[in-house]
Amino acid sequence: MLKNRIIPCLDVKNGRVVKGINFVHLKDAGDPVEQAKIYSDGGADEICFLDITASNENRDTIYDVVEKTSKKCFVPLTVGGGVRSVEDISKLLKCGADKVSINTAAVQNSKVVAESSKKFGSQCIVVAIDAKLNGDKWEVFTHGGRNNTGIDALEFAKKMEENGAGELLVTSMDRDGTQVGYDIDLMSKISSKVNIPVIASGGVGNLDHLVDGIKLGKASAVLAASIFHYGKFSVKEAKEYLKTKGIPVRI
Amino acid sequence: MNVTIVDYNSGNISSVINSFEEIAKDKVNIEVTSDLNKIKSSDKVVLPGQGSFKSCVDALNNINGLVDTLSEFAIIKKKPLLGICVGLQMFADIGYEETETKGLGWISGKVSKIDNQNGKYKLPHIGWNEINIVKESKIFKNIKNNSHMYFVHSYEFIPEDKNIISATTDYSSNIVCSVEKENIFGTQFHPEKSDKIGLKIIYNFINL
Repeated sequence: MLKNRIIPCLDVKNGRVVKGINFVHLKDAGDPVEQAKIYSDGGADEICFLDITASNENRDTIYDVVEKTSKKCFVPLTVGGGVRSVEDISKLLKCGADKVSINTAAVQNSKVVAESSKKFGSQCIVVAIDAKLNGDKWEVFTHGGRNNTGIDALEFAKKMEENGAGELLVTSMDRDGTQVGYDIDLMSKISSKVNIPVIASGGVGNLDHLVDGIKLGKASAVLAASIFHYGKFSVKEAKEYLKTKGIPVRI
Repeated sequence: MNVTIVDYNSGNISSVINSFEEIAKDKVNIEVTSDLNKIKSSDKVVLPGQGSFKSCVDALNNINGLVDTLSEFAIIKKKPLLGICVGLQMFADIGYEETETKGLGWISGKVSKIDNQNGKYKLPHIGWNEINIVKESKIFKNIKNNSHMYFVHSYEFIPEDKNIISATTDYSSNIVCSVEKENIFGTQFHPEKSDKIGLKIIYNFINL
């Protein structure tokens, strides 16, 4: 039986790990390579690096981090943030990333998703959707949550599937950093709309939120940062808890 | 000993290289090349593969003499070869991804899309799934039945001769996830991404 995945996410800036509250106030907290190794040794099903300010700054540090991490961690490594072009994707994959997540570029130029999934295979193309509720629909945001595109998130999700995305990483902008739980409504609606796996993100504050993301949000995988990063729970504790709730996990 | 990872522009092979180098340390020489002479003189060959069946077969055919060299290595000289993911799928006679494409024909069978049962199963099949070992395989030494391996694929290899199947995994149906036919080995899952247990499979292949 296929297991639901737990994916710790490390926000990286200038080669160092940080985690923002609503993407703004950043705290410096560690070396990403060591952190990733701790996670993979602790049973993380995948590791995710998000280069949070990559859109505006020198990106070379992330390549170095990816290269070093991929020589130490033998679980899938997803890297996102500031990925603009097929060349960026190619470079990250060469450094040892297994999947690349595309956010702003997927909105601005849908060809990037189509071309890269054709060139490298759908299995390594993740489209990251940052969505915020506006009235009765969710709208897609880009540039690390700064720009509202007005695009309907559900329709966008379907379009990305058609363009060849292998997975969708869905983040609720309303919930990110709040620790009040995933936006279950958003997750379940997108998950029902597409036939590719959905990774839920944004808002995890306790282990029941992970359970809800899978059971109610119908996500194939759950991504979280703060609860793992600041030592509130270990990945192992999270998995054991999910198991007691009847969720299939790899232990 | 020389182990060659065939580099034929089949997508991302960094993780395969990293994992083999991790296991080989300084004891085994890992070559990453499409050089025909180096392949001929190596002791073992790893055939990775990402992307579509068609794109991988096309990439193999694009390198003059590569298919013949690999066939000579695996079929005539019967030296150990490990196919990973689409590398395994290409052993088949035919694949149906994108368009009907002829495979290497080393193990009779076809590669078809996994039946998602009208959307009940998401595709790609991504994540950790248990392997059900149905036959002893040299690469499963010290690997417990029902171990978790990392999968990412939408197509499955359906061999004609079921005796070559060494493990299956349950997703929509019993999907063939490992084969052993004499000197030819293949895994649909990614040992290079399957944590310590996956590295053990790589260790077993290197130490055949």
